[in-house]
Amino acid sequence: MSFSWAKTYEPKSPFMRWLDDRLPLPRLVYGATGPGYPVPRNLNYFWNFGVLAGLALVIQIVTGIVLAMHYVSTADGAFNSVEHIMRDVNAGWLLRYAHMNGASFFFIVVYIHIFRGLYFGSYKPPRELVWMLGLVIYLLMMATAFMGYVLPWGQMSYWGAQVITGFFSAFPLVGEPVRLWLLGGYAPDQAALTRFFSLHYLLPFVIAAVVILHIWALHIPGSGNPTGVDVKDEKDTLPFHPFYTAKDGFGVGVFLILYALVLYFAPNYLGHPDNYIPANPLATPAHIVPEWYFWPFYAILRAFTVGFILPAKLWGVLAMFSSILLLFFLPWLDRSPVRSGNYRPIFRRFFWILVVDVLVLGWCGGAPATPFYVSLSQIAAAYYFAHFLIILPLIARFERPLPLPNSISESVLHGEKREAAPAGTARRASAAAR
Amino acid sequence: MVRIIGFLVGLGFAGVLLISLFVGVSNYFSNPPAPMPEGKFHEEPKHLALASDGPFGKFDREQLQRGFQVYKEVCSACHSLSLVAFRDLQGLGYNEAEVKAIANQWAIEVPSVNPETGEPATRKALPSDRFPSPYANETAARAANNNALPPDLSLITKAREGGAAYVYSLLTGYQNQPAKLLKEFPTAKTPPGLHYNPFFANLNLAMPPPLTSEGQVVYTDGTKPTVDQMAQDVAAFLVWTAEPKLENRHRSGIAVVIFLLFATVLAYLAYQQIWAEAKRKVRRTGPLDPKNKAKSRRAKAKQGIAG
Amino acid sequence: MATLEQSAEGSDSGDGVRRRDFINVAALSFAGVGVVAASLPLITQMNPSADVLALAATEVDISKILPGQAIKTVWRKQPVFVRNLTPKEIAEANAVPLRELRDPQTLAERTKPGKTNWLITMGVCTHLGCIPLGTGEGENRGPYGGYFCPCHGSAYDTAARIRQGPAPLNLQVPEYQFKSPTVVQIG
Repeated sequence: MSFSWAKTYEPKSPFMRWLDDRLPLPRLVYGATGPGYPVPRNLNYFWNFGVLAGLALVIQIVTGIVLAMHYVSTADGAFNSVEHIMRDVNAGWLLRYAHMNGASFFFIVVYIHIFRGLYFGSYKPPRELVWMLGLVIYLLMMATAFMGYVLPWGQMSYWGAQVITGFFSAFPLVGEPVRLWLLGGYAPDQAALTRFFSLHYLLPFVIAAVVILHIWALHIPGSGNPTGVDVKDEKDTLPFHPFYTAKDGFGVGVFLILYALVLYFAPNYLGHPDNYIPANPLATPAHIVPEWYFWPFYAILRAFTVGFILPAKLWGVLAMFSSILLLFFLPWLDRSPVRSGNYRPIFRRFFWILVVDVLVLGWCGGAPATPFYVSLSQIAAAYYFAHFLIILPLIARFERPLPLPNSISESVLHGEKREAAPAGTARRASAAAR
Repeated sequence: MVRIIGFLVGLGFAGVLLISLFVGVSNYFSNPPAPMPEGKFHEEPKHLALASDGPFGKFDREQLQRGFQVYKEVCSACHSLSLVAFRDLQGLGYNEAEVKAIANQWAIEVPSVNPETGEPATRKALPSDRFPSPYANETAARAANNNALPPDLSLITKAREGGAAYVYSLLTGYQNQPAKLLKEFPTAKTPPGLHYNPFFANLNLAMPPPLTSEGQVVYTDGTKPTVDQMAQDVAAFLVWTAEPKLENRHRSGIAVVIFLLFATVLAYLAYQQIWAEAKRKVRRTGPLDPKNKAKSRRAKAKQGIAG
Repeated sequence: MATLEQSAEGSDSGDGVRRRDFINVAALSFAGVGVVAASLPLITQMNPSADVLALAATEVDISKILPGQAIKTVWRKQPVFVRNLTPKEIAEANAVPLRELRDPQTLAERTKPGKTNWLITMGVCTHLGCIPLGTGEGENRGPYGGYFCPCHGSAYDTAARIRQGPAPLNLQVPEYQFKSPTVVQIG
C-alpha cells in the first residue's frame, strides 16, 4: 500500500527480528493492523462494523467447532443431540445460545456495514473489488446460515429446507434434477442433513479466506472516509494502532453488551417457536418463515403472484436472486464521481427511502402472506429494483452535489459535522488552543 | 451499457410487480376472501405471572413440585416428557433418595430386554433414565386418542407462541362454543370428538379438558388446588422442563453484563485518552462557528437546496 | 491557521504518562480477564456431560449368584466380573506366598471385610485389554483356576491375580460398596 509516510516495521527484540527474517508475519501484521497502516483521521462509528463482523465470524467459528463435538448429524439423533447440549453438556446451553444469536448479530453487523458502504460510496473506484468480495462473503454467509438452521432438524429446519431447495425446481428443465442433486433425495432427509453439516463446517473457513482478500483489496487504496475525499498527505491520516485499535476496542465492548443482553435475557426472541418441535415431514407449520435476516428476500419472492410470459414462481426466484446480484453492478450503475452521501443531497434522500423500503420488506417477509402484506411487498419490491436500476443511475447523471472539502484535514479543521474523535477531546482541544 | 440493461431489468421486475399488485387488488375487491371464524374468535393468551419471569427471575421450587405432581397425576397418562431424566428432578429440590423413589415408583416402566429369554420386556426406571413414553410409538398414541397425537411436553413452552401463558390459557380456556360464532358461521359447529377452546389456533382442540374440578390433585403443601392454580403450577413446571438452566442463565447474565459495562467504560476512557494525544484538537473553529455556518448556508443556497 | 501535529505517542512526561498508561493498562487487563473467562466454558464443555456422569455408578443384584458362579456385567461401558468364591477357592488364594506374585496382594486386600467370597474385578486383561475367559459355565479358567486370557495367554488365579503370561498387574478391583446383602454399587 502506497502511503509514503507509513511507518516501517522495526523489530523490537532479537526474537522478533529472527522471526521476521524467516517469515515476515510480524511485518505483515504491523503494516495491516498496526502503526504501519495509515487511516483517515475522520472515520465515524460506522467504520467500526467491519471489525465487528470479523469478531462475529470468530465467535461463530469457535462456538461452532465446540458444538460440533456434541452434535449428532443423523435425522433421528439431531434434535435430541441439540437438547443434550442444552441440558447435559457443561455450559452447553451457553454455547448453543451463543452460536444461535451470534448468527443474528453477525447479520445485523454486516447489514449496517453494507448500508455504510451504500451511503458513503465505498463501492466506487478504486474499491469496486472490495465491494464485490464483500458481496461474495455475504452470499457465503447466507448459504452457511441456511444450512446451519437445518441442522437442529426442527419443524422450521425441515420445512425451510423444503422451501429453499424448492426454488430450484422453478427453473425449467434443469430445475428438478438440480434439486434432487442438492438434496441427495426427494425431500430433505438423512443425505441432505449430513452434507449440510459438512458444508456448514467448511464454508466459514472459505468466508475467512475471502475476508482476507477483502481486507487486502481494501489496503491497496487504503480505507475510505465519510467525506469521500482521497487522502492527500500525512496530515489526513493517523496510524491504525493505537487510534483505531482503541476505538474498535470500545466498539467491541458496546457490541458485546448488546449481544450478552440478548443471549442471556432473550435468547429465543429472534427465533421461531416451531423449531422446538421435531421435524415432521407429514405436518406443515401454519406459517413457514425463514430466520429474520432472510425476510426481505422472502418478501420479494412472495411478491410475484401473477405469471407474465414466465410463471410467477420463476419470477419470484429470479427476482430474489437478482436483488443481490444487482449489487455487484452498483459501481457501474452509480457513476457519480462524488462518493459520500454527505455531499449528495438528492441521493441522500433516496438512500433513506431505501432503508425504510428494506425495513418494510423485512416486516412483510416475516408476516403471513395475506393480501395486505403481499400488496405491500409488491410496492416495496418494485421500489427496491427501481431504486438501484433506475433511480440511482439517473441521480448520478443529473444531480448537483455540494462542494467537497479540499482535503480530509481541512474538513476536520473546519469542523465538518461527521467526524471521528469524541466531543470531549474537541472541547479540551479548543480550550488548549485558546 | 450496464446502465441500459439495468434500466430494462428494473422496468421488467417493477412492471411485473405492478401487474401482480393490480391483479391482486382488483381480485380482493371483486372477490373478497371469505372471513374465517379463527380470525374473529381466536383469543390471545391470558397474562400469566411466574417467578421465573424477567431477567432476575428464579424458579419457585414449591410451585414446580406442585406442577410436577399435576403432570404426574393428570398429564403423564397421555403426554411423554422424553427429554427430561429422573435425575433432573433434583433441580426441583428433591434429594437423591426421593428421586430414586420417584423413578422406581413411576407407573410406566422403561423398555428393556428379558435377560433370560431375550424377549422385549420392561423394567423399573432408574434415575439415569429419561421419562418413558406412555405409548410404544406414534401409531399406538394416535390409536388411543382418536387419531390425535398428544405432543411431548418437554419443550412445549418454548414450542408455542405465547409460551407458558398459552399453556395456562389453553388449560383454563375450555368453554361452550359461543352462540355468536354459530350465528355468523353456521357451518363452523365444533365437530364431534373435538372441544371448543378459543386459545387454540384452530378453535377446536382434540384434547378434552384435563383439569375439570377443584381438588383433582391433592397438594401436600396446603395450596388450594383450584383448576386455575393447577394450570398455573403445571405451566410453571413446563417452563422448567423446557429450560432447566434458566436460573444459571440469568445469574451468569447479570455478572457478564456488569463486567462488560465496566470493561466498556474503561475502553471508552482509554480511547478518549489516546485520541486526546492526536493533537487533531488544534482546530480553531467548530461546526457552530458562524463563519462555517454561513459558508455551509451559502453552498446550499447555490445548489438550490433548502435547509 | 493552526498546524496539525501528528503525534501517535504521548509526548508529555511525568504524572501525565503514568495516568494515561494506567487507563490503557486497566482497559487491557479487563479485556484479558474477559478473554480468560470466555475461554472457560470452551474448555469445560469437553468434560463428561451430566448424562455420562449419571452412569458413573451402577447397581448390581448379586442375589442369584451361587458360590462357584460368576457374572459379567457392565460399568462405565466396561466389563466387570462378579464372582462368588467357594471356600476351596478362598483357601487356594490364601495359600499362595506373596513373594511368588508378580503383583503381590492378598485376597483380603482385594475384597471387603466379612465378604471375602465376593470377588469383584474389572473384566479387562491388564496386558493389552482383552476380556479374559472364566466367568461362564464351561469356559477355560486357565492353569490357576481363575481367569484365562486367550489373546496372549495371561493366567489369573482364584483371586484374579496374575500368575503367568505377559500381563503385569492383577485384574483391577473397582471402587464398590454393599448397599445391602444382595445389592452392590460399583463406582
